[in-house]
Amino acid sequence: MTWNLDNSRSIYLQLMEKIEKDIISGVYKPGDKLPSVRDLAVDAAVNPNTMQKALSELERNKLVYSRRTSGRFITEDETLIKSLKKSLATKNTQDFVENMKQLGFSKEEILHLIDELKENEDE
Amino acid sequence: MNKILECIELTKKYANNFCAINQLNLTLYSGQIVGLLGPNGSGKTTLIKMINDCLIPTGGIIYVNGNPVGIHSKEDISYLPDVLSLDEHLKVEELVTYFNDFYKNFNPVKAHQMILDLGINPSSRLRTLSKGTKEKVQLILTMSRDAKLFILDEPIGGVDPASRDYILHTILSNYNPDATVLISTHLIGEIENIIDRVLFLQNGQIILNSTVDEVREQHHKSVDQLFREVFRC
Repeated sequence: MTWNLDNSRSIYLQLMEKIEKDIISGVYKPGDKLPSVRDLAVDAAVNPNTMQKALSELERNKLVYSRRTSGRFITEDETLIKSLKKSLATKNTQDFVENMKQLGFSKEEILHLIDELKENEDE
Repeated sequence: MNKILECIELTKKYANNFCAINQLNLTLYSGQIVGLLGPNGSGKTTLIKMINDCLIPTGGIIYVNGNPVGIHSKEDISYLPDVLSLDEHLKVEELVTYFNDFYKNFNPVKAHQMILDLGINPSSRLRTLSKGTKEKVQLILTMSRDAKLFILDEPIGGVDPASRDYILHTILSNYNPDATVLISTHLIGEIENIIDRVLFLQNGQIILNSTVDEVREQHHKSVDQLFREVFRC
C-alpha cells in the first residue's frame, strides 16, 4: 500500500483522505478492524501522533469507531459510506469540469469528449 | 505528557565573545519526534553538546527528565554525536558488548537484530567498514537503548537512501510515548513526515517552534520550502 503524500498540504488531512478512499473502494470493508496506530504510522512512514490525529478526525466523522480495548473499526453504516462516495465523486467531477473550463471547453464539448473516450474504450 | 527536556535562559559564549546560544528557552514533552533545524553555525551542535554535558553553559540551566544535567541525565539520554566516537579497532560485536557493559538500559538483542537487518558483519573491525556503515553501527548502538531522550546529530547524512529509509523506519518502529527523539539534520525533506514538531534555530535562538501540520496550514508549504525561504542566502 503506497501513501503518496504531497508536500504542501497538512499530513493528517492526506492520511484521512487515503483511509477514506480505502473505505470507499472496499480495501477496508464495513466492520473491519483497522491496524494499530503504530503499524499504520510505520507503514505510511509518518509520525504516530499525526496518524493518531487523522484517526481521531475520522472517528469524529463517524467513519471509524473505537472499542475501548480492542481497537478501531470501520463503520458498519453503509449509507454513510455511500454518501461519502457520492460527495467524493461530486468533488472530483467539479474539479474536472473546472479544469476543462479553464482550458476553454464548454459543457457540450466536455460531454462530447467523454462520449468519444467511451467509444474508443468500447472498440 | 512529561517534560523531558527543559532549557531556561540558556546561553553559551565562546572565548572570542561569540554568542552561539543566546538566552534560549525550550521545553520538549514525551512522545514527540522533534526536528532541530537551522543553517550552518546557527548553534545546533552547541545546544546538543550542552544538553549532553559536553559543553558547560555560560548561563541558564538545563533539566533532563526533571534532573539537572549530570550523572542522571546521562542515563536518560542516548546521544549520537556528529563525529565517530567509537574505538575503530574493536569489532562490531565487541562494541555491542561494550555498550551493554556501559549502559544499564542497553538492549543487545535489539542491536543484533538491526545489525542483521542492515547486513553488517558483526565480526568486522570498525575501521575496515565504509563511512556510511560506521555511521549505521553508531546509530544502531544509540537506538538500542531504552532511553528517555534520544539526541541524533545528523543521523542520516552519510548513508545511502535505502538505508536512510531503514533508519527512519527504525526510529518510527521504536517510537515510545514516554520518550522524545530530537533529530538535527539538513535533510529536511527526508524527515519531514516522521517528525511532529519542528524547531528553527537562528543566531542561537529559536525562531520557530510548531508542528509540521501547523507550518503547512499557516504557510501552505512544506517545512523544507519554508526553511529555504526563511534562511535564503
